[in-house]
Amino acid sequence: MKDLQVRTLALVLSAIGLSLCLYKTTALGLPLSPTEKTEVWTVEARLSFKGKNTPAKVEFYIPRNPPGFALLGEDFVSSNYGSSTEDNGENRVSMWAVRKASGQQVLYYRALLHQESEPPAAWTAPQPPYPDKPDYPEPYKSAVNSLLEAVRGHSADIASFTRELIKTLNGVGGDESVQLIRGTTESKDEFVAKIVDILAGARIPARIVYGLKLSDGVREASLQPWLEVHDENQWMAFDPMTGKLGYPAHFLVWRVGNDPLVRVKGGEPAVVDFSIASDIRAVVSVAETRARLKGSRILEYSLFGLPIGTQNVYKILLTIPLGAFLVVFMRNVIGFHTFGTFMPVLIALAFRETQLVSGLVLFSLIVALGLSIRFYFETLHLLAVPRVAAVLIIVVILMAAVTLLTHKLGFQGGLSVALFPMVVLAMTIERMSVVWEENGARDALQQGAGSLVVASLAYVLMSTKQLTYLLFVFPELLLVVLAATLLLGRYTGYRLSEFWRFRAVLFADRRLR
Amino acid sequence: MIAGPGALHRYGLLGMNRRNGDFIQKYNPRRLYPLVDNKLLTKQLAVRAGIAVPKLYAVVEIQHQVRDLLELIGDEEDFVIKPAQGSGGKGVLVVTGRARDRFRLSSGNVLTIAEVSHHVSNILSGMHSLGGKPDIAMIEYRVKFDRLFEKLSYRGVPDIRMIVFRGVPVAAMVRLPTRMSDGKANLHQGAVGVGVDLVTGTTVSGVWRDKIVDHHPDTGSPLAGTVIPHWDRLCELGARCYDLVGLGYLGCDIVLDRDLGPLVLELNARPGLNIQLADGEGLLAKLRPIEALQEVPSSPEERAALGRLLARK
Repeated sequence: MKDLQVRTLALVLSAIGLSLCLYKTTALGLPLSPTEKTEVWTVEARLSFKGKNTPAKVEFYIPRNPPGFALLGEDFVSSNYGSSTEDNGENRVSMWAVRKASGQQVLYYRALLHQESEPPAAWTAPQPPYPDKPDYPEPYKSAVNSLLEAVRGHSADIASFTRELIKTLNGVGGDESVQLIRGTTESKDEFVAKIVDILAGARIPARIVYGLKLSDGVREASLQPWLEVHDENQWMAFDPMTGKLGYPAHFLVWRVGNDPLVRVKGGEPAVVDFSIASDIRAVVSVAETRARLKGSRILEYSLFGLPIGTQNVYKILLTIPLGAFLVVFMRNVIGFHTFGTFMPVLIALAFRETQLVSGLVLFSLIVALGLSIRFYFETLHLLAVPRVAAVLIIVVILMAAVTLLTHKLGFQGGLSVALFPMVVLAMTIERMSVVWEENGARDALQQGAGSLVVASLAYVLMSTKQLTYLLFVFPELLLVVLAATLLLGRYTGYRLSEFWRFRAVLFADRRLR
Repeated sequence: MIAGPGALHRYGLLGMNRRNGDFIQKYNPRRLYPLVDNKLLTKQLAVRAGIAVPKLYAVVEIQHQVRDLLELIGDEEDFVIKPAQGSGGKGVLVVTGRARDRFRLSSGNVLTIAEVSHHVSNILSGMHSLGGKPDIAMIEYRVKFDRLFEKLSYRGVPDIRMIVFRGVPVAAMVRLPTRMSDGKANLHQGAVGVGVDLVTGTTVSGVWRDKIVDHHPDTGSPLAGTVIPHWDRLCELGARCYDLVGLGYLGCDIVLDRDLGPLVLELNARPGLNIQLADGEGLLAKLRPIEALQEVPSSPEERAALGRLLARK
């Protein structure tokens, strides 16, 4: 009955902990390991134009939810311009305005982006209005009609229709109508616009999009046109030159449509240059920024929100449950006896500062010295509380002495002795001496050694980078630690040490029975 | 010599975790602990129920009384000073003789009244009590142990530890002090544990420092084959201790006094597991059938008989 309750509780706790953790890794992209890094792109658009000594207004298309990318941040750098952005549901526009623009004007737009995946080849979107069949002039009209007729014969659906159309238009030679349509098309922009126009003849919604192929260190890049076609469920991207489905790698969709990229009122036409740089950042900070931008409530309550000093405190505090769990395991499953149940955890915390080896040496040194003085106190017949207080004072004196001595001798390690919890040391000495008196040196030394072994293991566990990281980024994992502890709380099996303890029963030659 | 978990289970051995989780937690309500953790309270309960205990001479409750310790002791030639809330025999001082204000201990050491007073002060300050709580010191009758164990014992008072589960005696051992245990009858302090056959009251071989022994380490006498007289009465006494405190999983420490017969020395809500080494039999195997009983008999006599019946093989 109780077992069932504990098991259910443990199950619920670990389910909550693990699912929160899973959500944070999958949905928010928090990595499970501290070393993971990710590529972050900085894309900068530089707009330059000549002012006309009049009020100037600049409108410039900027990315809006580019597929496959998360916008981590943006800057609008402009010396004395006022700036604002506008979202029309399809594109975003940045608007700069100034009372008087004279001479060379330079504006910057800078976006920080994280690529979450390659841009998808197709994504679901509601059906846009069907385009009206354009009224082409003759003989262009007949040429388009015969081309559409031919392509329709070779295709089954909108995707294959589009592919076939692009292939036909790009094909070498081609029949008269293709050549007529191709005509005098010079730029790729125009070519894609023409495909959109022809697709409208078949009443297929299509649009031209512009984007950047991201690669590190590119300067003076320009936007490339691409084709998107809607097949009643989703937008599909097509390479306008090959008809291949999808975008190229690292393709950042900048804007949709064929309007001019930048409009300047009160100035000469602007020149736009793009430059692209990538750098490597810790995934954690990226995920955190992104989650904040997405408005995720969960990360608002993350420990990352705390001041750095407090964060560092919690990085240590959150490992204490691990140490406590280890103590439980060592006691109830292995059968280790230590002085004071959680004394090893506190000692392990001190070891973080002193390092393991010098920590062990210093600890043993102080306890040994304190113990010998405590034995002397025993002969003075002191009352219990004053005696413990005297031991505490002795511990402080010993610590100061060790620090001074090692400092004089030039060992850096000795300075950190001050970080040992004094009261814990004093209580250890007190309890060790009592056990020594009552049960003999063997028991006392055994328990002392047991404490140090558990403390060392706790230190190793608690200073494992991976674990500290996990607990700090996913503090909900503490629920899993709690669940495991609760389960061990109902562990009624044998302790490992009991195989040794009861060996006499197991292996004795009991002649008498 | 590595045994699998199955081996311990096959012998029906009770492990620490199972003792705590399945027996102490389940059968010993915490509110009853003070009845056994405070030996003064246990003694008062026992006296009221007509169970024989060593006579209480005096109680030292506050530091101020320590000054008058000699008066409190009065003319008693031999006595025992113990903390009311001590555990594991800690802080017990056995005085076997005195010359004015010098006291001879069972170990042979001689203490002055100042040293005895210091010991009492230590008891009061909680040095020997669980969790260091302030305590009181009891001065009581020193048991003159029955000649039965004289050859088997090195000073001190041998006692009989009986495990009583739901009022039914399930296992018993005699604990013999050794030179190492300094007259104390606690196994982890070096006393010898000798298993007792619950049916006949005859000792079987013993355990000393986790090893099976056939002879007392100090006296060399064979441990097995001693018949404890009035064994049925002893079993009943153990069964009655259950009614006294109501703890389902109970350890009773009983001594055989030369003149007064069996006396209940103290009760224990967390009796140790070493008894299994003494009689070489797992406790779990003995506890399970009693746990399975819907109801146990209400009279101590019937329960004692039941325990001995179940022990029969």
